[in-house]
Amino acid sequence: MATMTDPPRESFRLSMLIYDTRYRSLTIQVIALFAFMLLVAWIISNTVQNLASLGKEVEFGFFSEPASYDINQRLLEYTSRDTHLRASFIGLLNTLVVAVLGCITATIIGVLVGVARLSRNWLIARIMTVYVEMFRNVPVLLWIVFAMAILIESLPSPRAFRGEDAPQSLILNDSVAITNRGVYVPEALFSRSLGDVRLFGESSLRLDVSLDLIAIIAVLAASIFVFRRIRAWAERVQNETGNRPTTWYFQIAVLVVPSVILLTALGFHLGKPELKGFNFAGGTHLRNSLIALWIALSLYTAAFIAEIVRGGILAISKGQTEAAGSLGLRPNRIMSLVILPQALRVIIPPLISNYLNLTKNSSLAIAVGYLDITGTLGGITLNQTGRELECILLLMLIYLFISLSISVGMNIYNKRVALVER
Amino acid sequence: MSDASFVRTEMLSEQDPPPTSVGVIGWLRANLFSNWWNAILTVLCLAAIWYVLSGLLGWTLRSVWNAGSLNECRDVMIANWGSTHGHACWGVINDRWLQLLFGFYPPELYYRPILAMLLLFAALAPVLFADKVPPKLLYVTAAYPFLMPWLMWGGSIWTPIGVAAGFVVAYLVGRKLGGTASGLVLGILSAVVWWMLWFGLPGQAETFDSGVGRVLVAGLGENLASISPDTAPFWLETVESRKFGGFMLSVLIGVVAIGCSLPLGILLALGRQSNMLIVKAICVGFIEFIRGVPLITLLFVASTLLNIFLPPGTNFDIILRVMIMVTLFAAAYMAEVIRGGLAGLPTGQYEGADSLGLNYWQAQRLIIMPQALKISIPGIVSTFIGIFKDTTLVSIIALLDPLGLSNSIRADTDWNGIYWELFAFIALMFFIACFGMSRYSMYLERKLKTEND
Repeated sequence: MATMTDPPRESFRLSMLIYDTRYRSLTIQVIALFAFMLLVAWIISNTVQNLASLGKEVEFGFFSEPASYDINQRLLEYTSRDTHLRASFIGLLNTLVVAVLGCITATIIGVLVGVARLSRNWLIARIMTVYVEMFRNVPVLLWIVFAMAILIESLPSPRAFRGEDAPQSLILNDSVAITNRGVYVPEALFSRSLGDVRLFGESSLRLDVSLDLIAIIAVLAASIFVFRRIRAWAERVQNETGNRPTTWYFQIAVLVVPSVILLTALGFHLGKPELKGFNFAGGTHLRNSLIALWIALSLYTAAFIAEIVRGGILAISKGQTEAAGSLGLRPNRIMSLVILPQALRVIIPPLISNYLNLTKNSSLAIAVGYLDITGTLGGITLNQTGRELECILLLMLIYLFISLSISVGMNIYNKRVALVER
Repeated sequence: MSDASFVRTEMLSEQDPPPTSVGVIGWLRANLFSNWWNAILTVLCLAAIWYVLSGLLGWTLRSVWNAGSLNECRDVMIANWGSTHGHACWGVINDRWLQLLFGFYPPELYYRPILAMLLLFAALAPVLFADKVPPKLLYVTAAYPFLMPWLMWGGSIWTPIGVAAGFVVAYLVGRKLGGTASGLVLGILSAVVWWMLWFGLPGQAETFDSGVGRVLVAGLGENLASISPDTAPFWLETVESRKFGGFMLSVLIGVVAIGCSLPLGILLALGRQSNMLIVKAICVGFIEFIRGVPLITLLFVASTLLNIFLPPGTNFDIILRVMIMVTLFAAAYMAEVIRGGLAGLPTGQYEGADSLGLNYWQAQRLIIMPQALKISIPGIVSTFIGIFKDTTLVSIIALLDPLGLSNSIRADTDWNGIYWELFAFIALMFFIACFGMSRYSMYLERKLKTEND
């Protein structure tokens, strides 16, 4: 009786590396790895040779040298005697400021426009279509320099605010001045301030944190926590008894009263801008470059977000609305409880990539002279020190880090709202 | 008793719908004044439109077309309307529009970029409107990548012919060995050998100074010593890259980047889809790196670092370096678009190819890619629109694209201080090009949708 046995094991032959599918992928991968490493080695050796012939070497010592240039729009204190590292740090904060501001306004405008494009009012839908097409089909750099030109050329100079019967006056109860040198808004001042805490000593990354701000944030956080506990308690009571206790006045009081008490205790008042000589003093000065960049990036990105929002709402079938209606939900409850949660799943992934685009496009600040990380590290610092390799590679790494952080953060959020399938 | 019952014998004629629900009034009621809130919005919108249009149309139409400088413009405005405010000075466009289109390209050679543009449409037609044009046009598509550089930069026709012949050699060798990986590798190697023979070895003087190409020309009846630029057959006057500018430069960078990034993007997409860990890691790393940094940093690399990364002594012009970096940038985005196309194919297509006994490259070439590329054409067009718009960034590294040219026009004393007219012209040109392409892409999407369902 013949028994089936395994076929005899083939001995390994060299040609199996190419012809046997079990080994072929291994071969290809090893070759690819070698080719890649060769390429990297080639580039590095070229770089070393070129740098040697230029008499340069890769080192980051220039970061501790004084930058000796000024950054006029900044969040933290900085003087031209500070180091290049401090300048880059200020630039990085400027990038983040314009990116965060831009993302917020772009989202608000984008959602409004996206919903308005679906409006039953023919005129509004058409106007929004014109807006979207106008901004999507013209380069963002053009919008940025255009916004800058509008601000500089068409706004009144501070001189126009002077005199008894000045042609221009401050708006919003004499507190905001819009001039061709920028916008002056009131700043928050505390007459009984708690002072600042300095983090990181005297190093280049030093950071003055206002204790007033921390106190306000802490009180607000506590208020919101209590607010939510009250709401949870009301829900529990409603679930048990069927009657929801009236709590709204209590909730509002919890939110408002502690903050007001704290602000009064700190002696909160607004420092309004005032005309002194040829310019405004006091208040916070938002320069034209920041405003132009902010407006242009927001409007440009909002056009893309509007399309995403419109697509997301259209992607929800009409049956969902009708089913929700047949359950007896009111129209605004249908929107908030049925349509939006489902539309968000469609909207969020492309929204993430638009936030990323906005952050990357903020590097165009260099065109209007807003000193973000590209303008400091990749611009003036690079030109002053002549360290192209270090500056540009570092710049790329920083952007890569920001991009990856945004996509990781938003992907976590996306996971939370994603449909959980069986 | 008389019968009081009544039976109607004739039908009542149909009544017209109430006049408020049909015609112009009905449309207005339904679309503009459906309730008081919409009515308020409509009136506000009309007021806003009136405000914007009255300013804009007055500025555009009550304008000066014939003027040699801004001051001349202002004089004409004062003479005609008594003020310089609210009137456009289109004299700058009238004066400089050729420059905005072609940069500093020699005016007597303008026919060459125009011809290259027309040939571009001819070359793209069989791809974009496959069902409406004769398939013979595909020959133009194949020849275009070699013809276009010759037309734009000029020089001898033997350079593009030599390059094209290298591809033919690669194709023939690859075909001889069948569609296998080794055929691919050997094909590429033989093409490289061919190019070395044709143009001479690398580092050995400029192109076309040695090698078979030159000998061949000599064999065609030219004396080796007497080949000068003017006498060589099919010699076009050379134009240096630094004379390129305006919309020509934007289109050129965009087209070259998309054209070159397509094969690169296909390879990257396949690498990202593959099961091979190392290949996948390299491709994902490249794609995510490029997509994570702004284009402007890559342009900085082009302007300062690329020469450091290449062998000592390499020095080619900035436009070529920019093209390389924009190509790499476009390739990463292209790879993602094509990956989307690959993901859109049903698994049955892969299994069908396997069951026919096709190997990987045959399956990709004959089954997968034709379908995947077709469904990714809308994405490719959107990528092109993005790249085309992003070419304005080269003005930051001092190339003369339309935006860079507008700065240099403003630096001229004649036109110092002119903003809106230049911006309006540039924006209009970009709008027309990008809007046209996005409409085409939407048309294509609709067509693909109906075909699949």
